Amino acid sequence: MIKEHKGMTLIVKTITRLTVGLILLYGIYIVLHGHLTPGGGFAGGVIIALSFIHLMLAFGREVALKKVSRPIAGLFESIGAVMFLAIAIFGFVGGYFFLNFFVDKGTPFNLFSSGIIPLCNIAISLKVGAGLFAIFTALVLLKVKSKGEK
Amino acid sequence: MNIVPLFVVVPLGTAFLISLLGKRTKGLPDILANSGTLLLTVLSVGAIFLVKGAGVQVYKVGGWIPPIGISMVLDGLSSFMLVTVNLTAFLITIFSISYMEKYTAKWKFYTLFMLMLGGMNGVIITGDMFNLFVFLEIAAIASYALVAFGIEKEELEASFKYMVVGELASLFILLGIALLYSFTSTLNMADMGRVLIADGPGKLVPFVSVLFLVGFGIKAAIMPFHAWLADAHPSAPAPISAMLSGLLIKVLGIYALMRIFFNVLGIAPSILNILLTLGTISMVAGGLLAIGQSDIKRMLAYSSISQIGYIVLALGIATPLALLGAIFHLFNHAIFKSLLFLNSGAIEYSTGTRDLRQMGGLNARMPLTGTTSLIGSMSISGIPPLGGFWSKLIIVFAAIKSGHTILGLIAILVSIITLGYYLKLQRYAFLGSLKDKWKGVLEVPFTMKLSMVMLALICIATGALLLPGIREVFLKMAQDALSIGQDYAAVTFESIK
Amino acid sequence: MVYFLCFIIFSIGLYCILVKRNLIKIIIGLIIIEYSVNLVFILFGYRFAGRAPILAAGQTIKNMVDPLPQALVLTAIVIGLATTALLIAIAMRIYDRYKTFDITEIRRLKG
Repeated sequence: MIKEHKGMTLIVKTITRLTVGLILLYGIYIVLHGHLTPGGGFAGGVIIALSFIHLMLAFGREVALKKVSRPIAGLFESIGAVMFLAIAIFGFVGGYFFLNFFVDKGTPFNLFSSGIIPLCNIAISLKVGAGLFAIFTALVLLKVKSKGEK
Repeated sequence: MNIVPLFVVVPLGTAFLISLLGKRTKGLPDILANSGTLLLTVLSVGAIFLVKGAGVQVYKVGGWIPPIGISMVLDGLSSFMLVTVNLTAFLITIFSISYMEKYTAKWKFYTLFMLMLGGMNGVIITGDMFNLFVFLEIAAIASYALVAFGIEKEELEASFKYMVVGELASLFILLGIALLYSFTSTLNMADMGRVLIADGPGKLVPFVSVLFLVGFGIKAAIMPFHAWLADAHPSAPAPISAMLSGLLIKVLGIYALMRIFFNVLGIAPSILNILLTLGTISMVAGGLLAIGQSDIKRMLAYSSISQIGYIVLALGIATPLALLGAIFHLFNHAIFKSLLFLNSGAIEYSTGTRDLRQMGGLNARMPLTGTTSLIGSMSISGIPPLGGFWSKLIIVFAAIKSGHTILGLIAILVSIITLGYYLKLQRYAFLGSLKDKWKGVLEVPFTMKLSMVMLALICIATGALLLPGIREVFLKMAQDALSIGQDYAAVTFESIK
Repeated sequence: MVYFLCFIIFSIGLYCILVKRNLIKIIIGLIIIEYSVNLVFILFGYRFAGRAPILAAGQTIKNMVDPLPQALVLTAIVIGLATTALLIAIAMRIYDRYKTFDITEIRRLKG
């Protein structure tokens, strides 16, 4: 089985297959509940990135890169940054940069409330998740390249 | 609509747009970056007149009222710095259109460049202590990456050295900010100043002062902390060397030092003495080290240390006249050091070498580079009608007037040393007979010429900034913002209402 | 007392940077210093027997630790992440070029 040689053992692969989706979901949960519970864009973004890195560690880099290739990661990173900036600029509508421009601030402890903060969290999570994944792949690919040159 | 936040929004937005679109579309990064910096230049000139007309501007980010929310403060000093940074950055981006063709990933260069510019503008404009740290780190990280842009052996080594030293400096600054926060329980600079006036400096402020002095001293490459500069600045591509040497060390080092020591902590006589000593040491030692260099960019880097010494010396004298001299010299140095680094870049572009001993007679083949470089060299060594003369004159005058006669004499002496090594540069690179192997050398492309000529013209014209009428708008406002000292807090809170 | 421990950590990191000759160990030294500074900052905001500053339904705002340093340290950690990633990337590139991590052998520049 050629496939077995890439990545780790069968046990690790099976466990990964079971858990990776849960990790991704948990990251998304943390992002979406960032304004209610501890966590938020950065922590959630890191967990989302970790789910892909987990995949890469277990199955080898080809599988993970097939799911999210590097240009796509870079694209998401830029989109996250531009989206965050756009939210900030939309604050100008009310006269202030970064203004929480929804008039209704909502009620505490409610998922759909608190104006722009969830949107900011989503933008940050895109930026952080894609950025972290891009950093990791960059380091991994660099190492492989330098080994190849020897 | 208020223009204050645009100084951060425009460069960051440009950076992300370039990284989003620039990879596929060729030529778009050039257009975006140049129009971005042009817009910033226009805005910063507008900012000067805004401050002149309407006084200090405080911008409340997100509508939160300071000291609770983050604020951005635009006063005389910051508007002056914004003009310096954005004008120079605009001319450098023009230069890099052609220069960066020889590197592969131009859009990466522009992204990092605009990030660095955004970080610098943020440092200048912010009124919040921690925000200053964050913007400082943005600018610094972008500069680490830019130093290593060529990924050759020397560049990587220089970048690593620069990074370790620079990170250490940042951590000192962070520690200082943490201590200040624990003392004043606020992060707004104006509020911090107010609390420090009310409570007195206590025992903590001298300690924090030392931490900041080390941190910003490393960033500004004042003499005992200078070792990284001579490696990092020559290794970067020429536009980045111009950016680092002309702007980054001033914004991250000198500007932050001025703002925090004069306006927030309140300057103590002991700190002034330290600044005087460090300034003199770096002035003399930088000049002496520069003489022996044969690598053109390395010589310019050591010369930067020497010129930073002048600024720090003038800050240490701290009379209003000396502060005017410091600010004026800061502007002048940004202009002529950028010009000289761009000249060295032009030489490297055409001949492919940075070694002075291999050059010779390049005036015959590259007359424009030669002439602009002559203007820059003469200005930096203080030859009368040019800008550098006036700022050095003011500094020497202020030193003698405040009783530091010996320091004034040393400043004149270093000026002569400066003239010496710039004459060496001219002699080796441009004068004399043309060597055979440079017979086929061509003058650089049009955009590079344009940028160098414009910088040289500004170099000639800066003396006019001292004329009454112009001085009130440009230099006097910045000097006033510094010399009010801790009244900064009162002025800032006044303008919030 | 606790601050003194932080100072010891800081000194260990500084020692690591100044004495060690391996690039990776220098990076580790930087990270140690960074964490000691972050720890000091967090401890400044601590209040004895304080609670985590999280508002939940039906909870009163009483005896919470200062949340601001925590937010700031989070930012500092993010910055530290970026720096560390860049440092490691450059260290790997250096290894690629020089085939060594020893800084005594990486001496192209004479400064």
